[in-house]
Formats: sequence, structure tokens, C-alpha cells
Amino acid sequence: MIEKIVSRNIGADSVKPGEIVTVNVDRVMIHDIFIPFVAEKFEEMGFTKLWNPDKVVLIYDHMVPASTVDDIRHFKIGDAFAEKHGMKHVHRSDGICHQLMTECGYAKPGDIVFGTDSHTTTYGCVGCFSSGIGYTEMASILGTGELWIRVPETIKVVINGKLPENVTSKDVILRLIGDLGADGATYKALEFSGSTVDDMTIASRMTMSNMAIEAGAKAALFAPDEKTAEYSKVELSDVDWIYGDEDASYCRTITYQAEDLVPVTACPSQVDKIRDVKEVAGTKLDQVFIGSCTNGRLEDLRAAAEILNGKKVADYVKLIVTPASRKIYKEAADAGYLKTLAKAGAIITQPGCGLCCGRAGGILTDGERVLATNNRNFLGRMGTSKVEIYLASPKTAAASAIAGEITEA
Amino acid sequence: MEQFKGKVWVLGDDIDTDIIIPTEYLALPSVEDMKQYGFSPLRPELAGQIGEGDMIVAGKNFGCGSSREQAPEIIKALNIKCVIAKSFARIFFRNSINNGLLLIENDQIQDHVKEGDTIEVTLGEKITHEGKDYKIQSLPDNLMEIINAGGLVEAMKKRNGVK
Repeated sequence: MIEKIVSRNIGADSVKPGEIVTVNVDRVMIHDIFIPFVAEKFEEMGFTKLWNPDKVVLIYDHMVPASTVDDIRHFKIGDAFAEKHGMKHVHRSDGICHQLMTECGYAKPGDIVFGTDSHTTTYGCVGCFSSGIGYTEMASILGTGELWIRVPETIKVVINGKLPENVTSKDVILRLIGDLGADGATYKALEFSGSTVDDMTIASRMTMSNMAIEAGAKAALFAPDEKTAEYSKVELSDVDWIYGDEDASYCRTITYQAEDLVPVTACPSQVDKIRDVKEVAGTKLDQVFIGSCTNGRLEDLRAAAEILNGKKVADYVKLIVTPASRKIYKEAADAGYLKTLAKAGAIITQPGCGLCCGRAGGILTDGERVLATNNRNFLGRMGTSKVEIYLASPKTAAASAIAGEITEA
Repeated sequence: MEQFKGKVWVLGDDIDTDIIIPTEYLALPSVEDMKQYGFSPLRPELAGQIGEGDMIVAGKNFGCGSSREQAPEIIKALNIKCVIAKSFARIFFRNSINNGLLLIENDQIQDHVKEGDTIEVTLGEKITHEGKDYKIQSLPDNLMEIINAGGLVEAMKKRNGVK
């Protein structure tokens, strides 16, 4: 699939893994942390205008709302850069960048998109080839609209069958990362297929493409289907050229049977240190976090609300819920999920990166333990380096918040 | 086609970025200060022995590990002309091009050269060692432009006419 996207982009009949080509970038995303560096490099390189202001999206999410005075400097530099260069796509408090890029239709099936964030792989959920880059390379794209890439090999991941009730796409991707290892897909693309994947919502697929980088992947693709077409507001017949050929070659194929999968968790402090939730059940928790670009969508909040409905969060546990975008926040409010969660004792925060990137909204200290639905449990990510972070699904998180300890839903 | 000759230093597989420049030296003020510690975990004496125009010949997955851009910068600062390896790690590969370090992939020569041997590289064509030729691919022109300019920032400056 990735070869199809790249060859169409450059107007070639075909491309092969390992080949180096220059692609025409369809869209770029820059977030608040890196905009000052991008702006500085852009000027240093001698550019005076953007290759196409309509293709540049600037999103403030890691620092919204500001927690330190220095955060505001980033917004001011971003606003000045956007105004100077006539950029219209600026989101100042609408949610997390990776949610907004597909939600607002900036990243569509067949597109090639780069962002200044490693989790840019997320847009593969709609069949978009997207990947993270550094700020120097972003500055050169802003001036030229081009980037050189090496065509990656592809690992095919096939999942068939029906997932058990307490197992979500988060458990699937965590299991895969555990099996591949944190560098098992380095430089490669992942391509997901099978009946389990076909049955998944776009939101569930997004959780998986979001975390592909945790196995080192450059991209993580799902073939567009009717659900994708509806979500991305395109005609399926306009994007079905993406489909891999019958005889497409893969460097590796990994197969799972959905019925065999169980709820899992990534234990401190490696994303590939995967254990069954049962193995660590009973581990006491100080905090539970449901949110992030990995698992802060409407279906995640609904799953949590269903489990927490009429129940109470353990009195020594803080449950923090962060919807991934303003749109999701509003929908969850309209559907009554936020009310249910609040009644159960949840702290509901504004959409944004906040706690996941350890900047605000519930950071922890030495000896504390958190179970979280985001994508990284690295040392020091949510506070001091002696905080233990377990990663799991929203269902496991909600059930564990009630129990006050790690437990299966 | 550009040709150059030089002495080789031979390294093994999986030379990671912590070998190329250990984390403890990354806080030094400049690459010039850091370069004496290049490859020190593996061969502390190596950085002092490398001469202008020498080449490194290594095994697979050269440059694996962190995204530190100082890794290719150190190799360049040691006046290494190019690194020839069986394969390169992805981020190191990008960082090298963007910092103006020439990389060549060849999966055979490392098995045949000895440290101190002289090899001749004909860019985009072959490496010659003791009369035997090893075929190499050329990097695309646009990547060579970046390398020849001395890196991405310099290449863009040149493109835009910045002095």
C-alpha cells in the first residue's frame, strides 16, 4: 500500500523498498512546542514565503491552556508566523493535533503528510502515509513542499475473528508491540488487515496507527473502506487505487486470532514490556488517566462511562479524563457520558496533551503509580522518574479506577 | 564521476549512537569539544588516530539508537570522508544526509578489507580494493546536493541565495 501511495505521488509506475525518492507533501502539521524552532530555521534557510499556506496546519495542544509564562511565547511566535505567511489553519484550543488532523479532514486517504511529532503515524488509520520528522526538515518542507524519503518495507499484520468483550484495539496494538519489540518495525511500514480490523471503527484503528511508532514504524496503514470514506468525506471509488496488489510482497507477516487475545498492559517503563492484566492484577494505583490522542475519543469515553455508570472511583484514586478534542468533548457531553463520569468521581479536563506529555493536569511524584490509556510509559513522562506508568485500554482503566488497583474489566 | 582514495578503519555490526558519541559528552559546548570522545566506549584511541580523508567500513545497522544529530556531526568533524556499511539505521541515515555526511551501502566489502588497507571509491559506481571492484549505488542527485552543500540548512541557504 505504501508503495502505491508513494509511486502515485511522484508519478512513477512503481517504487521499491530501499529506493530513495522525493515526494510532494500534501499537508504538514506543526505543534506549539516546535513552532519557534521551525520559524527560526525557516528564516535561517532564507525562505520568505511558504510553498502553500493552505497545506500548513498549526495546532496548539501541548501547552493549552498555558501552564508557564514561557508557554505563551510559543503562541505569540506561532501567531506571528501564521499571520506573516497567511496561514488559515490555526487551532488554538480545539484539541490534540493527531485527533484534529483527520477529524478536520486535513489528512485523507492516499495523502502524504508529515508532522513535527512522532505520533504523526496516526493518520494511517484512514490510509494516509504520515510520519514524524524534525523541525529542520519541517522548515525545508515549508519552503519547498518536498521531502526525500526512503521507501520502507512492509510488515503485514492480520487479525481475524471477534475480540472478547473486555479486549479493545489498544490491547491488540500493545500485544503487537510486545511481540515486535520497541525497534521491531524500525524503518518499516505496518499494514493491518483481517476481519477484526474490518469490524473496527476508525477511532479504534486510530489507536493502533497512533502507537505504531512505539515499535519504531515509519507508518501504519489501514486500507480505506466505506467507514473511512464516510469519515474522511471522500468517495471510496476515488481512493481504492491504494489497495495493495494481490501479489504484494511483505518482509514479514504476523497473524493473530482475535478470540485468543486478552486485556494487556505495558509495565513500567518500556512500551514493549507487555503482561496480561491478570498477571499484575491487584497492583495498587494512585491515579488513572483516560485520554490522549491514543484513547481520548468518544467510544473510549463511552466505554468508560458504561463501566463507571452508578459506581464510584476508589476514594484514594484520582481519575482524570481528557477528551481528545473539543468536538469529542461536546459529543460526550450531549450523550451524557461526561455527566456519568463526573458523578462517578472523575476529574474532566480540557482537551489537549496535558498529562500525557507530563506538562500539566495531574503530574505525579516518586513512588506513585498510574494506569493510563496514552502511548508512552517512559521514565519521567508524567512527573518524576520514580513514577510507575502502566499503559492499558479505557475499559481496563475504568475498571481499575473503581477497584483502586489494576484489574480486568 | 568523483573519485577518492583513503585508508579504512574497520568496525563491526550495530555500531550505535552511544558508541559514536556517549550521552555524557553531549552537553559539551561544541562538536569540536566532543569529537575526541568519538567511538570511545569501543576504541578510546580511535578518534586520535583518524586522519583527514580516512573512511569507516562497518557492518549492519550502523548508527542505531538515539536520534542525536551529533553522531554524524562527530564523524564529519573527525574528517572522515565517508562511512561504508552493510546497512544504516533510519534516523542516522537521515541525520547524516541532513548534516552533510556521505554514506555508502555495500554488503560485501567489510568482509574483505583489513584495517589500514587503502580503498578507492568511485561515487555511484564502485569501491576498488586490491584490484577487486565492489559495486555501489549512487544516491539521488538531490541528496548529493544536500551532502555537497554541507547539510540541509546550508543547501537551503544556497538555494535561496543566502550568504
